[in-house]
Amino acid sequence: MDNPYRGVDVISILDFGRRELELLFEYADKAQKYARSKIESLKGKVVALAFFEPSTRTRFSFEVAAKRLGADVISISGEEAISTAKGENLADSVRMLDYYSDLIVIRHKYEGAAKFAAEIAVNPVINGGDGWQHHPTQAMIDLYTVQKLFGTVDGLKYALVGDLKYGRAITSFLYGLTRFKPSAVYLVSPEQLKPREEVLTKVRELGLKYEVLESLDPIIDEVDVVYVSRIQKERFPDPLEYAKVRGSYTIDLKLLSRAKPGLKVLHPLPRVDEIALEVDSTVYAAYFYQASLAVPVRMALLSLILGGEL
Amino acid sequence: MSNATLTVSKIRSGTVIDHIPSGKAIEVLRILGITGREGYRMAILMNVESRKLGRKDVIKIEGKFLDAKELNLIALVAPTATINIVEEFEVRKKFRVAVPDVVEEVLKCPNSTCITNKEREPVKSIHKKVRDDPLEFQCMYCGTIVRVG
Repeated sequence: MDNPYRGVDVISILDFGRRELELLFEYADKAQKYARSKIESLKGKVVALAFFEPSTRTRFSFEVAAKRLGADVISISGEEAISTAKGENLADSVRMLDYYSDLIVIRHKYEGAAKFAAEIAVNPVINGGDGWQHHPTQAMIDLYTVQKLFGTVDGLKYALVGDLKYGRAITSFLYGLTRFKPSAVYLVSPEQLKPREEVLTKVRELGLKYEVLESLDPIIDEVDVVYVSRIQKERFPDPLEYAKVRGSYTIDLKLLSRAKPGLKVLHPLPRVDEIALEVDSTVYAAYFYQASLAVPVRMALLSLILGGEL
Repeated sequence: MSNATLTVSKIRSGTVIDHIPSGKAIEVLRILGITGREGYRMAILMNVESRKLGRKDVIKIEGKFLDAKELNLIALVAPTATINIVEEFEVRKKFRVAVPDVVEEVLKCPNSTCITNKEREPVKSIHKKVRDDPLEFQCMYCGTIVRVG
């Protein structure tokens, strides 16, 4: 397969088909060999990390990935640290970074900011999260994690739990599942945090069947993957409403006592209290393993886009 | 006065937008970006009798020929509108407006955190038609659905 990633922007996981994602997984397997060493395949390249919104995992793992490949990294983080604090608009900031680097990774609080940046920049742009809309590289990591844990993404039963309305990682994971053949997808959230209608319309158009539920209880004994995202307290107009739903979305040992053997719990992190700490040491917890795969997946992506060998 | 005929003379050359739903003429002008300050001789008839619609609005613009792309934008607010292109008092071309598949800088995204709503960013709003009935467009930047009409 020719390299379909060469020089492309990564705005949404939907920009990529199954074959492209499988190629990425192959590269991520190769990249794992170098996850603790350094190669020079992107020597001479500069990767710009433009994080206009807070980030820990995404920014650090991109930085480590680029450095492991021998690229130089320039980074800005937080609007206050850069010229936007002086009134510069996003377009000008992107133009400047585009002159200084070979690729820009951008995170921004506004939906559509990465697409807009990609229209301005001559060099490739990777979306590191735009508002509540897309987080394509997180979805790549999550799908790869499932592939590593189960040997396949197909034929499994998935429960996506939590804030399905504003959670960009979980929405991107749902979009990513449309590229595979899951045997069931359950979307579990309180009424207020159900997926946006345009998201459901899109996944239906792409042929993915799903069931919308308000509780994980009835399906915990049949699902293979529980993908959890934080219930965002600030989205609830009434704190009492939040208090009502909060407990029903906590993954704890009591709930997992009825789980199917082999079930794995994923979470894009950071978590607050949606997964009890007691779960961390169980065989169900896969979220730290998932976080550990961020570097090889992002190494694979940078290599494919910038033409570096692995 | 109620039975009096409202007479508006024919235009020599220009565009007649007929069968606009009653009360929508001003919106049609707004969507075409015509303010009246351009200097065109123009007649705007509102709430006049129509065999097809009961009541309708009509706009006649002397000396102005709008292209199909501009005219199709009218369909967003006046899907029943018909266009007559007039030359030397004769109707040379007559057609119905059709809802465009993509519109640029016409619709405002209702999502306040969409990049297209940020001042001082050189970004155009672009919407793609996703449904005819009800007429819905989708923001190409944030995915938000906008219902029109």
